Amino acid sequence: GCRGYPHIGSSEAYHLTVTEPVAVLKADEVWGALRGLETFSQLVHEDDYGSFLVNESEIDDFPRFAHRGILLDTSRHYLPLKSILKNLDAMAFNKFNVLHWHVVDDQSFPYQSIYFPELSDKGAYSYNHIYTPADVRLVIEYARSRGIRVIPEFDTPGHTQSWGKGQKDLLTPCYNGQQPTGSFGPVNPILNTTYDFMTKFFKEISSVFPDAYIHLGGDEVNFDCWKSNPEVKEFMKKQGFGTDYAKLESYYIQKILDIVSSYNKGYMVWQEVFDNKAQLKPDTVVEVWMGNNYAHELSSVTGAGFTAILAAPWYLDYISYGQDWKKYYSVEPLNFPGSEEQKKLVIGGEACLWGEFVDATNLTPRLWPRASAGRNVTNLQDAYERLSNHRCRMLRRGIAAEPVFVGYCAHEARG
Amino acid sequence: QLLVSVATPGCDGFPSLDSKESYQLSVSEGSMLLSADTVWGALRGLETFSQLVGRDENGMYYINQTEIVDFPRFPHRGLLLDTSRHYLPLRAILETLDVMAYNKFNVFHWHIVDDPSFPYESSTFPELSKQGAFDAVTHTYSASDVRRVLEHARLRGIRVLPEFDTPGHSLSWGPGAPGLLTPCYLGKSPSGTYGPINPILNSTYEFVSSLFKEVSTVFPDFFLHIGGDEVDFTCWKSNPQISAFMKEMGFGEDYKKLESYYIQRLLDIVSSIGKGSIVWQEVFDNGVKVRPDTIIHVWKESSPPYLEELANVTRAGYPALLSAPWYLNRISYGQDWMAAYQVEPLKFEGSPEQKDRVLGGEACMWGEYVDVTNLTPRLWPRAGAVAERLWSNATVRDLQDAYLRLADFRCKLLGRGVQAQPLYTGYCEHEFGG
Repeated sequence: GCRGYPHIGSSEAYHLTVTEPVAVLKADEVWGALRGLETFSQLVHEDDYGSFLVNESEIDDFPRFAHRGILLDTSRHYLPLKSILKNLDAMAFNKFNVLHWHVVDDQSFPYQSIYFPELSDKGAYSYNHIYTPADVRLVIEYARSRGIRVIPEFDTPGHTQSWGKGQKDLLTPCYNGQQPTGSFGPVNPILNTTYDFMTKFFKEISSVFPDAYIHLGGDEVNFDCWKSNPEVKEFMKKQGFGTDYAKLESYYIQKILDIVSSYNKGYMVWQEVFDNKAQLKPDTVVEVWMGNNYAHELSSVTGAGFTAILAAPWYLDYISYGQDWKKYYSVEPLNFPGSEEQKKLVIGGEACLWGEFVDATNLTPRLWPRASAGRNVTNLQDAYERLSNHRCRMLRRGIAAEPVFVGYCAHEARG
Repeated sequence: QLLVSVATPGCDGFPSLDSKESYQLSVSEGSMLLSADTVWGALRGLETFSQLVGRDENGMYYINQTEIVDFPRFPHRGLLLDTSRHYLPLRAILETLDVMAYNKFNVFHWHIVDDPSFPYESSTFPELSKQGAFDAVTHTYSASDVRRVLEHARLRGIRVLPEFDTPGHSLSWGPGAPGLLTPCYLGKSPSGTYGPINPILNSTYEFVSSLFKEVSTVFPDFFLHIGGDEVDFTCWKSNPQISAFMKEMGFGEDYKKLESYYIQRLLDIVSSIGKGSIVWQEVFDNGVKVRPDTIIHVWKESSPPYLEELANVTRAGYPALLSAPWYLNRISYGQDWMAAYQVEPLKFEGSPEQKDRVLGGEACMWGEYVDVTNLTPRLWPRAGAVAERLWSNATVRDLQDAYLRLADFRCKLLGRGVQAQPLYTGYCEHEFGG
């Protein structure tokens, strides 16, 4: 079957035997075959005379973690389609299997919604900074044929400034005393219109994106605006939330989670949603992103029975001078206090390339080969050699991966 | 039509440290005039003019009425590229020269060879690149490559300052010049590894003399950068012949004296060829007796703090260049261009004569982690902050205003096909690869 979509339970295992006169690649599912083909392509090397060779090999391979993702942020900077597709290629070369598409945020709303065209009409940077339905379909299909899931993230109730431009009354008006200031805060959790909108919006998202999961965000909600708004304060009283705005946040999230599950989608959320004690369905995936003591958070999340993915140590947008790939490489996701069952709940992780300082001019060298280092721990010297070779390989394949250290590739990057 | 008037004719020469780059631009209804003393000033004025031209929604080009009198604050405004840690293909160098011209940079400091590789094809010593380049066929600069760089730079009013760094940073010289580097010792026998250039052999000075003679004819600028930084004494200390030499010369255990002995001879060689020398600050710090017009290149951020070093260097009467706070290879998260922009090169205690000795500075893009895949986005627009600091008046330092102009300039660079990275969240009308 080549027509389906990859999902969290897909088998990516493969068996590769290279002998004379034929090499054989066996896999349970086409996704495993893709991984095996990638390995095979990396085993082929060229000798000094230009002949292509493969060594006799016997390989039995399968991923340790089922969720191996890259987060791209197309709101802080728009990323042209070509750049996204190029990176899907690079992801496939590195056996990444999830594109976490953080498509909208405060700064811009490039997603062209069919039900709510005003969202991008008013919220995108410009008409040229938009993903049409055809663009989105192209990304999904391009990813699918590389065995990559596309999990869209529509982050609410915070990180939503750009939504307010095209959807009046969606965001909370902030107040100074009795007067609205003219600025807006997170999504307004007290209005029925909010939930009517979200119901319709997520209906569209559920049908446009075929993956079983949607990422609903839920991170970094600033309560100041809610606290300033008299109607919100009134609502807090009525609901008996006191002054605990985390309860209001959970109230909102709850309703969104229910909306999304009514469309038979699973959801992923940032860790705050769990931390603030919203009622989550058992198949919720919690994404741990906060840097301090993420091991402790993994314990808590899995201890409560939820599936977790780890992003915290892999914020690749945090550049620094030197060979920082080493610290990404050294991360051991299961190094946290917990039972065997708990450890099984960590299904993988994601390297995040937030877009404040990234766009198509520097995305590829910033992401690769640093993202390649989210790999298994063996030894650093061996890893250095393999990473450097892999980097040269990516250059040959047209991926402008930056150098690991001093040196050269036989085939340097072309213009 | 823009009328360009140049007082001193002549387009065939090379720019120099003393070139006048001032210009005047008058744009009014019916007349546009660019006047300059020299062609170099005209080039600067043309760049400004090109940046003033806008395009409206109907596609019409327009320019506002304007009166500009402009000239650089510092005469030496450079960019260093390192083609040894990673080879940079010719097109990367030529493109960088283009963007340097957009930023009114006027010196290309070509740190052409170093420990890891020797890409410079020497006509006198062809084995140097044959044995020392990463790949002698694909990772070298031929004589014609070098000529291309020189001419491409010249046409943009950019001086090419070559650096052949010795006695340290020279491991790649060894394979093609046997006997040049110091053999290190393990006890009484050679360990098989090598250290800095061997300062005790006559052959060393014959070699260096021939090489620099060639370099001085290939590269037309008056100045040569001879390096002299970060010499590791371990290998010298291990070598018995060197220990004997130290005793003979009465240097005791002070290897700085040996280093200085080498540099002194090299400086004499260079001036006998009729060139001026630029050296890294260690040469001054170690008390080498240098000629008064030797330019000291300040690169260390601390020990001592670079402003203090500038004060010391200029107080001792030497001209100085500043790079210490402008190591653009040292990337970090966020808008680090701001720190580069806020540097004030003359913020030290000193007389006006001293301050006049600060000739300018250079943004450095060392190559340990940089090659053609990431050179352009890492250089631009960050280097633009340094360019403005070196050209514009000291009073031009408002960060908010600079941000707006640099962000706009970045979009302009995109429009000119330059892969300049973003300063912060936002967008340009025409994105790269869009």
